[in-house]
Amino acid sequence: MLVAGLFFATFLIVQQASVFCGLMMWTTSTLKNVGAPIFVVEERVEQINEINPLRDTDVSRVRSVSSVRWAMPLYSGIQRVRLQSGSFKTVQLIGIDAASLAGGPVRMVRGNLEDLRLPNTVVIDELAVTRLSEDKKNPIQVGDRFEINDIEARVVGICKAMRSFTGGPYLWTTYERALQYTPASRKMLSAVIAAPLDGVSPDAAAEEITRKTGLRAYVNRGFGEAGNDFNTSTVWWYVKNTGIPISFGTTVVIGFIVGIAIACQTFYAFVLDNLKHLGALKAMGMTNFRLSLMLIIQSATVGLIGFGIGLLATSAFAYAAIQNQQPPFVMPWQIPVVAFGVIQLICMVAALLGIVRLSLYEPAMVFRA
Amino acid sequence: MNGPAGNIVVDVRAAEKHFGDGPDRIHVLKQVNLQAYSGEILMLVGPSGCGKTTLLSAIAGTLRIESGEIDVFQQPLHRMSGGALTRFRAAHIGFIFQQFNLIPTISVAENVGIPLLIQGVRNGEALKRSRAMLDAVGLGDRWKEQPNKLSGGQQQRVAIARALVHEPPLVICDEPTAALDYQNGEIVLELFRNVARSPDRAVIIVTHDNRIFSYADRIARMDDGEIVEEKEQQHLQPPRFIHEHAL
Repeated sequence: MLVAGLFFATFLIVQQASVFCGLMMWTTSTLKNVGAPIFVVEERVEQINEINPLRDTDVSRVRSVSSVRWAMPLYSGIQRVRLQSGSFKTVQLIGIDAASLAGGPVRMVRGNLEDLRLPNTVVIDELAVTRLSEDKKNPIQVGDRFEINDIEARVVGICKAMRSFTGGPYLWTTYERALQYTPASRKMLSAVIAAPLDGVSPDAAAEEITRKTGLRAYVNRGFGEAGNDFNTSTVWWYVKNTGIPISFGTTVVIGFIVGIAIACQTFYAFVLDNLKHLGALKAMGMTNFRLSLMLIIQSATVGLIGFGIGLLATSAFAYAAIQNQQPPFVMPWQIPVVAFGVIQLICMVAALLGIVRLSLYEPAMVFRA
Repeated sequence: MNGPAGNIVVDVRAAEKHFGDGPDRIHVLKQVNLQAYSGEILMLVGPSGCGKTTLLSAIAGTLRIESGEIDVFQQPLHRMSGGALTRFRAAHIGFIFQQFNLIPTISVAENVGIPLLIQGVRNGEALKRSRAMLDAVGLGDRWKEQPNKLSGGQQQRVAIARALVHEPPLVICDEPTAALDYQNGEIVLELFRNVARSPDRAVIIVTHDNRIFSYADRIARMDDGEIVEEKEQQHLQPPRFIHEHAL
């Protein structure tokens, strides 16, 4: 029962925290899929999925900054794909510079990225193969066609990509064609992606871009890696402005409460059940300190077993999640370490209750049957 | 000091103890005086509630008296701190409980070795000595088994082995036959007399089982918190002394 309680608590804490981290990772998927070192956005933008369009001339303004090696336009937006059957699917459309193809997918599975320069072409990610296929036995492949905003789109490549926060697949096309696929508005430029000159750090270049253009330049390094990192800013925006952390946090807290309730009750019951034996040991001359140590070790060992089984179950869940590509699952090393600490804390509280009960037990009681 | 059998090892003088408060306050020990001597088996007998278990607990150092004095091996238990009492019990006293109190999740030999481990003896040495002690009580071949695999009589023999394994000069037994039928009780007491008796060891048994009175060298009868009678017994057979090194 005790092991089961701790297993359950471990599973809830680790699994929910990892799914939360995975979800937060998904919020930054555009940053991972468009691998530019610097993202320049409108000055009030705090996260990558928030689009405050820039003027086309802002690309030239960024290029004019002395520490910038190159700067290219980027379109990013959610569009609807119309399949041959007439059904619609939502996709994350990325428009990149046709000449340089900067911001294109990193790993192509089939086809050539250069074929994006051909008319009405797109590169889709592997998720799109599943999502945009009308017949599972006959999945979409290079050469197939569908429509975006009544304009033909022909698949010229399939790539690997991280899944988007909205759950839709990624489609890459050229910037100009992305503007054609998208209903027109006055400003269409989502961001400018850039790279620093050799010998200049992305941070220094971003700082100079911000200073000289008034736009907001973020580096794209990874969560927690830099102060002006777009990943970090994006994740924190979601943490602060959505109910996601509260939702997952509640489950984690429930895991903790369930764990502590079951562990304390069961371990206390165990101590009560064995009070006569423990009392006999006390009568025979075992010190309270040694008995307490015994209970602590016993509790910690049970905690270790419960944690191990819980982690194993979470790993099985993670394996299934990774195979299915959902739910999102990312388990940084801090999660199991903290969860282990929490489980051991639960065990120590449970042991403490037993220790208090045992220390109040008079060894003479053992003579009273 | 010498007594009927040997040196005086337990000396209780004017021990007083109450339980409870107010109108429910019970006077369980009333100016009790009692001595136990090395080499003897002393039985404390009397009806239920007469205070014999309370007196035994006080002699064992697991219960403090309110007034009076208890010296065990010339050590004043009534003046010792809690820690000193714990150390004293570990070093000088072997316990046999009514319900055996063997730990069910460890082996018989590990149970027997507990007093040695409490004294800081290393695990391997404790196991070796435990097995030798189990041989002495006729359970040498059952050392690996868990206590619940044994009969009640066998469990009490394990408890005897546990009480004697660290060679304590005082053994305290609380109703050792209460959980056994007559036949097993007799076998256990016979064995106990053979292995526990030693010229430099005192054995105090609390019992109200009059079928085992014949195993005592001396009987102290209690009633209503007082020792009302003390008498020595003549054995038909002289007591056999088996020294620990012979075990």
